[in-house]
Amino acid sequence: MTTDLTTWHPIASSTDLPMRHIYHGQLWGREMAVWRADDGHVNVWENRCLHRGVRLTVGLNEGRELRCLYHGWRYANRTAGCTYIPAHPADAPARTICNNTYSAVESHGLVWSAVDPIGEFEAPAVLNGNDVLALRPIPVKAAPDIALKHAKSYRFSPIGEGCADVTLVEETDNHVQLHAKQDQSKATLLLFVQPVDAGRSILRGVLTDQPADAGNILRHHNRRMQALRDVIEAEATMLPVPEPIEVQFSKVDEELAKMPARAKSGPKAELRVSVAHKWDASEGVAGFRLEALNGQLPTFQPGAHIDLHMPNGMSRQYSLTNAPGETDFYRIGVKREPDSRGGSECMHNAVQAGDVLAISAPRNNFPLRRDALKTILVAGGIGITPMLAMAQTLHVQGLGYELHYFAQSEAHLSFPDVLKTFGSNLIPHIGLDPASTGGALKELLSGYDYAHHLYICGPGPMLEATRKIAAEAGWPEDAVHFEYFKNTKEIDDSSTFEVALARSALTLQVPAGRTILEILQENGIEAPSSCEQGACGTCLTTVIEGEPDHQDVYLSDSEKASNQKIITCVSRAKSKRLVLDI
Amino acid sequence: MTELKCTDPVILNQWHPLSSIDEITPGLIHSTMLLEENISYGMDTDGNAYAWPFDNQLPTRSRLTSKTVRNPLPIHIAHGYVWTSLGEPPETLFSFEEYYEADRINVPTGVFGVNVSAGRAVENFLDMSHFPYVHTGILGEEPHTEVKEYAVEVSETRDEVLATQCQFYQPKAALASEGGAMVDYTYRVPHVNCALLYKSSPNDASRSDVIYMFLQPMSQDWVRAHTGMCVIDEDNTYESIRYFQQVIFGQDKPILENQYPKRLPLDPRSETPIRADKTAIAFRRWLSRKGLRYGVIPAAA
Repeated sequence: MTTDLTTWHPIASSTDLPMRHIYHGQLWGREMAVWRADDGHVNVWENRCLHRGVRLTVGLNEGRELRCLYHGWRYANRTAGCTYIPAHPADAPARTICNNTYSAVESHGLVWSAVDPIGEFEAPAVLNGNDVLALRPIPVKAAPDIALKHAKSYRFSPIGEGCADVTLVEETDNHVQLHAKQDQSKATLLLFVQPVDAGRSILRGVLTDQPADAGNILRHHNRRMQALRDVIEAEATMLPVPEPIEVQFSKVDEELAKMPARAKSGPKAELRVSVAHKWDASEGVAGFRLEALNGQLPTFQPGAHIDLHMPNGMSRQYSLTNAPGETDFYRIGVKREPDSRGGSECMHNAVQAGDVLAISAPRNNFPLRRDALKTILVAGGIGITPMLAMAQTLHVQGLGYELHYFAQSEAHLSFPDVLKTFGSNLIPHIGLDPASTGGALKELLSGYDYAHHLYICGPGPMLEATRKIAAEAGWPEDAVHFEYFKNTKEIDDSSTFEVALARSALTLQVPAGRTILEILQENGIEAPSSCEQGACGTCLTTVIEGEPDHQDVYLSDSEKASNQKIITCVSRAKSKRLVLDI
Repeated sequence: MTELKCTDPVILNQWHPLSSIDEITPGLIHSTMLLEENISYGMDTDGNAYAWPFDNQLPTRSRLTSKTVRNPLPIHIAHGYVWTSLGEPPETLFSFEEYYEADRINVPTGVFGVNVSAGRAVENFLDMSHFPYVHTGILGEEPHTEVKEYAVEVSETRDEVLATQCQFYQPKAALASEGGAMVDYTYRVPHVNCALLYKSSPNDASRSDVIYMFLQPMSQDWVRAHTGMCVIDEDNTYESIRYFQQVIFGQDKPILENQYPKRLPLDPRSETPIRADKTAIAFRRWLSRKGLRYGVIPAAA
């Protein structure tokens, strides 16, 4: 067996992956962390946390995410993207921090992988449609070609004892097919040789039909396979021991190595998704389940949003409501706005299941800390959407939280199937007028203590009121996190000023009626943006010199007062000149 | 010793620790491994130390007299340890003033064999963000996982990596108090294989306890870690200090032995650093600038 990295091999039995276990597999010298998420998906990853190289097989399978044992970094089911770095709880990890993965297919009682496959996995035809039985794998200290050479001389009985007539039906570059006949009984066995390393192999047998007396048959193969191992190893010990395969590790992104990196320009539309399902998530709110047309959706973290581009040409931002590990779809909720400028109207009326939409990768400007002693989530109306992702994260990690959900009526509580999983952590506040909303907020915000954190998302007036009440109740500003749907402030764009770009060595004029962001993008400067109305924080930029004229709703009051940051899509300059760190 | 297995002058020309003086029986020959070579060493009854490449005429545990030693290696006695070198070592070793302060007790807290490169072991010693996960309930505890901004510099004059203003939450920070508190740390890497940490002393707020780790590279991916503490402590016994440090090291060892690759990669793009890893980033760059090749995977030129 020559080193062919393109061939698919069985690397584990399905039974090697019980709940919350991480199995150590290996193929051609590459170590693999093989784990099944609670939703059944089997992940095959390079056995190395990209942070400091610790084997992921010594980590923890938490069902939705895999946690590295060394620094607690969390990696999502399917995508292998990092969702949380505990050393920096206030930051969202860069989207591109992602462990290396291998192709994985679970089929016929085995997990199959290839280092560098060409094309899709195809099981040997003889297995298809059969109720198969995977035998106990037998490790052999011998080169794969020696193991394969002897595999065809394997002898076994279809009834587990006595002498059968065994014939070789087929021989490929990674398995043999043997047929055994004994009186009226017969059995077909596929015997695979998994190339573990240059001098190590594993014999993996699969019977094409489930025998009546599986226990007895398994024991029979154990005995015979041990004997085969002795024969193979007897030959291998006569030969020189091959050097283990030297594995080259692929390098991480250049961006990550020198972080922090800035995202590329734009509201983005780099992904195509189909609307797999559209439903009434509550009175006036439509739920959408979006699935990738091909490949894998990028990793998200709680609080993240996507830009969604509609058939009518508009683009809008929607928060992802997914729980950790729900990585094969994105779920969003869209409220029908009576005074819609066409966005929600289009999503409610025009977009239907089966439609294809363009979206951006998720971006997280509203990250959730997981080092709080207590977290209070306050949602108003459709502001529930990012809170659903946050509450599910806190819930599965067993962290203390309360979700206060202010809604017009019971019928307005969105995504009731998700809400019911929160149990008594969910505290609905139904049909309150502004005055009684204020009263309820005063009460729930009364007990501030060290390491408590508050997250708010809802309509502008409610958000303002909550921030004010929290400040009065002694919540420090850095414990209060918020996300506006939109900036309802009147933008004054009458000023004219100059921006100097320190790193790009460019000076540009911003005339009245134009934004800094527009001028940057016009001049070929990579400047990320999303909502372009001063709400989402994507275009946040560092100010080196000058006094900004803040007009956004993203920065907190003290951040605004410090004049160190600016939201370039709406804010301007009070001074004649701004120097930006771009 | 004509042909050495290690050919990297950067590591050959260092002083390497062999043993703490406490653990050498005067007049007896001891042996160990350094850079894949078998080495014998010992002290005579007058307190003179010797080291030499293993010699069949001088078996381990036999009697040592100064006259018997052929081909002696360079010897340096400092900071409670006997150091040797297989190349041309510098005249002096890094400074460690606290070791010589009269009111401190110096406790060698044990020697640990670890199947990992020296660089990986030093990096682990410099790392705070693993405290809540690896030393749970002792040096850290969830949810207090944040590594606050701190300062790192490479001192040109002293040729060492220095991390200051480091802070981390420690449960039961002081023996006297039940609650946790932020503890201050300073880290020094004055030698490619040696690191020291200074930690606010629970017994004297104005001074620091020092914990050190001197690594003896047995091979590229196998070290003996000589650890010790130099503390202002009248309450704890020698045994309890040793026990504490052995628990801590016992928690780090399985993590270190599961790092992959075992040698420390110096290419900045081989792993993913974050702000909390500033000291490690500076350490790797410092090693790269020295041109170290032994026990590391050098960055491609």
